Amino acid sequence: MELCELTIHEMNEFIKHKKVSAVEITKSFLRRIEKIDFTIGSYLSVLGEDAVKRAVEVQKRIDKGEVNSYLSGIPVAIKDNICTEGIKTTCASKMLQNFVPPYNATVIKKLLEEDAVIIGKLNMDEFAMGSSTENSYFKLTKNPWDIDRVPGGSSGGAAAAVAANLTAFAIGSDTGGSIRQPASFCGVVGMKPTYGVVSRFGLIAFASSLDQIGPLTKDVTDCAIVLNSITGYDPMDSTSLNFKYPDYTKALVNDVKGLKVGIPKEYMGNGLDSEVKTAVLEAVKVLKQLGAQCEEFSFSLTEHAIAAYYIISSAEGSSNLARYDGVKYGYRAEKFSDLLDLYKKSRSEGFGTEAKRRILLGTYVLSSGYYDEYYKKALQVRTLIKNEFDEAFEKYDVVLGPAAPTTAYKFGENADNPLGMYLGDIYTVSANLAGLPGLVVPCGFDSKGLPIGLQLVSKPFGESTLLKVGFSFEQNTDHNKKARIRGELEYGI
Amino acid sequence: MEYEVVIGLEVHAELSTKSKIYCSCTTEFGGEPNTHACPICIGMPGVLPVLNKKVVEYAVRTGLATNCHIAQFSKQDRKNYFYPDLPKAFQTSQYDIPICSSGHIDIEVEGRTKRIGITRIHIEEDAGKLIHDDQQSASLIDFNRCGVPLIEIVSEPDMRSAQEVIAYLESLKAILEYIDVCNCKMQEGSLRADVNLSVRPIGQKEFGTRTEMKNLNSFKAIVRAIEGETKRQIEAIEGGADVLQETRRWDDVKGISYSMRSKEEAHDYRFFPEPDLMPIVIDDKWKQEIEESLPELPEVRKKRYISEFGLPNYDASILTGSKVLADFFEEAVKKFENKKAVANWIMGDLLRLLKEKEMEVEKIPFPAEYISKLVMLIDKGTISGTIAKKVFEKMFDQNRDPEIIVKEEGLEVLSDENTLVVVVKKVLQSNSPSVEDYRKGKQRAFGFLVGQVMKETKGKANPKIVNRILKEELEK
Amino acid sequence: MEITKNTIEHIANLSRLDLTEEEKSMLLFDMKQIIAYMDKLKELDTSKVKPTAHVMQINNVFREDKSEPSYPKEKLLANAPLSEGGCFKVPKVVE
Ligand SMILES: [Mg+2]
Ligand SMILES: [Zn+2]
Repeated sequence: MELCELTIHEMNEFIKHKKVSAVEITKSFLRRIEKIDFTIGSYLSVLGEDAVKRAVEVQKRIDKGEVNSYLSGIPVAIKDNICTEGIKTTCASKMLQNFVPPYNATVIKKLLEEDAVIIGKLNMDEFAMGSSTENSYFKLTKNPWDIDRVPGGSSGGAAAAVAANLTAFAIGSDTGGSIRQPASFCGVVGMKPTYGVVSRFGLIAFASSLDQIGPLTKDVTDCAIVLNSITGYDPMDSTSLNFKYPDYTKALVNDVKGLKVGIPKEYMGNGLDSEVKTAVLEAVKVLKQLGAQCEEFSFSLTEHAIAAYYIISSAEGSSNLARYDGVKYGYRAEKFSDLLDLYKKSRSEGFGTEAKRRILLGTYVLSSGYYDEYYKKALQVRTLIKNEFDEAFEKYDVVLGPAAPTTAYKFGENADNPLGMYLGDIYTVSANLAGLPGLVVPCGFDSKGLPIGLQLVSKPFGESTLLKVGFSFEQNTDHNKKARIRGELEYGI
Repeated sequence: MEYEVVIGLEVHAELSTKSKIYCSCTTEFGGEPNTHACPICIGMPGVLPVLNKKVVEYAVRTGLATNCHIAQFSKQDRKNYFYPDLPKAFQTSQYDIPICSSGHIDIEVEGRTKRIGITRIHIEEDAGKLIHDDQQSASLIDFNRCGVPLIEIVSEPDMRSAQEVIAYLESLKAILEYIDVCNCKMQEGSLRADVNLSVRPIGQKEFGTRTEMKNLNSFKAIVRAIEGETKRQIEAIEGGADVLQETRRWDDVKGISYSMRSKEEAHDYRFFPEPDLMPIVIDDKWKQEIEESLPELPEVRKKRYISEFGLPNYDASILTGSKVLADFFEEAVKKFENKKAVANWIMGDLLRLLKEKEMEVEKIPFPAEYISKLVMLIDKGTISGTIAKKVFEKMFDQNRDPEIIVKEEGLEVLSDENTLVVVVKKVLQSNSPSVEDYRKGKQRAFGFLVGQVMKETKGKANPKIVNRILKEELEK
Repeated sequence: MEITKNTIEHIANLSRLDLTEEEKSMLLFDMKQIIAYMDKLKELDTSKVKPTAHVMQINNVFREDKSEPSYPKEKLLANAPLSEGGCFKVPKVVE
């Protein structure tokens, strides 16, 4: 077994007992990136020497016994919409192709404080707008399980890198499912925490009221470990929640007896791939056997949630992306006649088609005459969705369902059908609209050998509940083991 | 036809907080370009705003001082438009729920009191500054002012003349200064007014089409712009043309306004709630705390000057029109009874000298007690009124105690009779033609002779004694 | 109201985008489809429903009024496509 195949907690054991050094671990990942990321395409930039240098420093501290964090010396890769000081942060857009932030996002500060080693920045859909990572200006990221297929998105680079052992863990962002759906497509664990639990300072905004940073890891234990590091109140983010954060690793208990699970029947009906459905129902069976009470209920606003989500996210997105005008940073067109022309050309040349589509949609729903009809209406529906969840959580501890209607699809399959692509987010967007935490864990494979993810959603601050259920599921099934790609898989090169 | 002008104002006041509205950059005026800026106020990718608490407090203070309703719940919204001085391409402002609404202030014009309605007061951020480089046909952007907190005070269209507008602005300015939320320096842009103006035939109920004029940075410019725009609109109507609803830029040098259609084109601000900022809730307790911290307001102070100090309405208005001046006045009369005399010196010589030397009221170069000392010297008869004027100027220029000036320069009134008799005799001797004239009954000659005595004594002679001795000597 | 090419051109202008004819017709097609789906929301009676702009109900998040040293301007300007004399530079703005 190679070092890069290990989980964080396994590596931590090795580091603690001085069996390997942080430097060896970092180098092992860098070697693997060099070897296979040519094929996978998960990274937009790799910090080779800098990462090694940093690992050397961290190892010195470890040797002195100064460090006592799970993440000391553990390599991490970051979705390229999270600002890293002195390191290009592009949002996978031509617009920010050369943008080097002079500051770190709060999550980056936290990871560095815990002595994690950043090894690179990960591919994504441009400005996190997309569900397949096909909207990256720079490259396609391949699904490690089948390189003819998408890794999901928008955190496609993150999910693929974790799945292909190209990083120990990754930090992604989830606006409408952007951590959970790629986690499902790539067979890794992904969590979107409660809105406000992880600071958004330094996360380049797509839709401010929906965006949330979260971890993609190899197992649920790692997820808890990373949550411990990245959550917390941040005075730099007005939406950050100030309360006493728990030790999430305490939730890693193999026990779901008496747990009440609700399954929205709308999540299991039309449009759901039958193999995905079977895998989810199998998972329900497992939980029942472990003593959980599972039943169907109606989440009547499932389809409305998609409409509300695309209205709200596009509206906020159109405003958040307005600052990219070729003046202060980012792409500026080479030829223009005057200021207006500079704006229009820079933006038209700098943004890709999907970003333009969302900007137009968002501008439309906010524009005079349409605000009440679309934007305000969507905010009202958001209230209804929140209420429907509140009611559900009076009865259930978790809401269970698939993360996506299908497993990973082929490149180009949905590219000409934006609405079709949007509808693929049907099971994930409600959690963002209601600010709820959602966890995706592998729950099987389809007949093509592609991983399937199980999604668990809980009430605000229900991360510990989710981790407990996810951990129990992981301990009592072998899906996670099967979903761990062996290092020797070399993608035919 | 006779026309009436209808005016409403939008006043932007920069708040005198230490730091900007959403970041901790200084609000200090000036500085090298882009040295009072940071990733937050220039809207770099990924940054987030956090609201300065003082901004809310200052807005509430202003609302309470202008009789506004204070919203228990209010929120911030994004106003979306592209302009190079607006780095995020939206201004964070307030749309449908401003912090303050439905207030008023009373103004006084030609002895009549008039109530001007205040529609709303909301908080928002200032934009950066564009520096135009004509030679290069380029513009440069300095974000030092960007993110400085503003309140926008919107009045009802209640004003009917430039005079009323100025009275309103002066009252508002005094209030803002009194409650210490804005330094009101128009030349630094910390107080700016946009004028919404329309005209209508007298007697007509409906408003005419209004234009909005921007770029008015002095009271004089406002008066000229109102006059110019009123004339332009009346001429348009009389000439059968339409007044277009538009934004116009006043060019004070040329004395004309220009349409700013370029900026107007396809306006649709797409306001929506700012997702990065949480709602503002002002409960009764907080409101009360702010209310209790408010100082005496100009209106109240003015009434007190009239009733307590017995000052005329005019004096009270002038003195309380500026907090600094009123504070200076009160300091001067703290231990002194002759308040009217002190008021006269402040309104007369002090304001005149400040104006001549182009100095701000804040920069009065001597302590207030000097004025009362000066008045005391006059009242006691130690110096004459003429000498006092000279002493005042010295006091102003050199920041010297008037008692010391008088003593050191020997400026006390000359009251010694023996000395004066000698002077009078000398004057009579060398002015025999005037003495003749006086004896022939020409009263004016007496005044001339008094003047000669004063001249001889360098103005120090006690005029009463001089009069008496002169009469006695002439009668002899 | 139906979305037309005019609508696309108007909102493209509002959002400062220049679209090719090809893009316009593609986006018009997409937008019609997407908006038709959004119209699903009209099924719901929301006349008595308050809009949710913030999902977490917290209020009054403030910072104290303290000023701190600003940023080195070189760092602020480092990403600028064009700057001069410590300022960001753009084509002349006509007011
Ligand atoms: Mg304004
Ligand atoms: Zn700043």
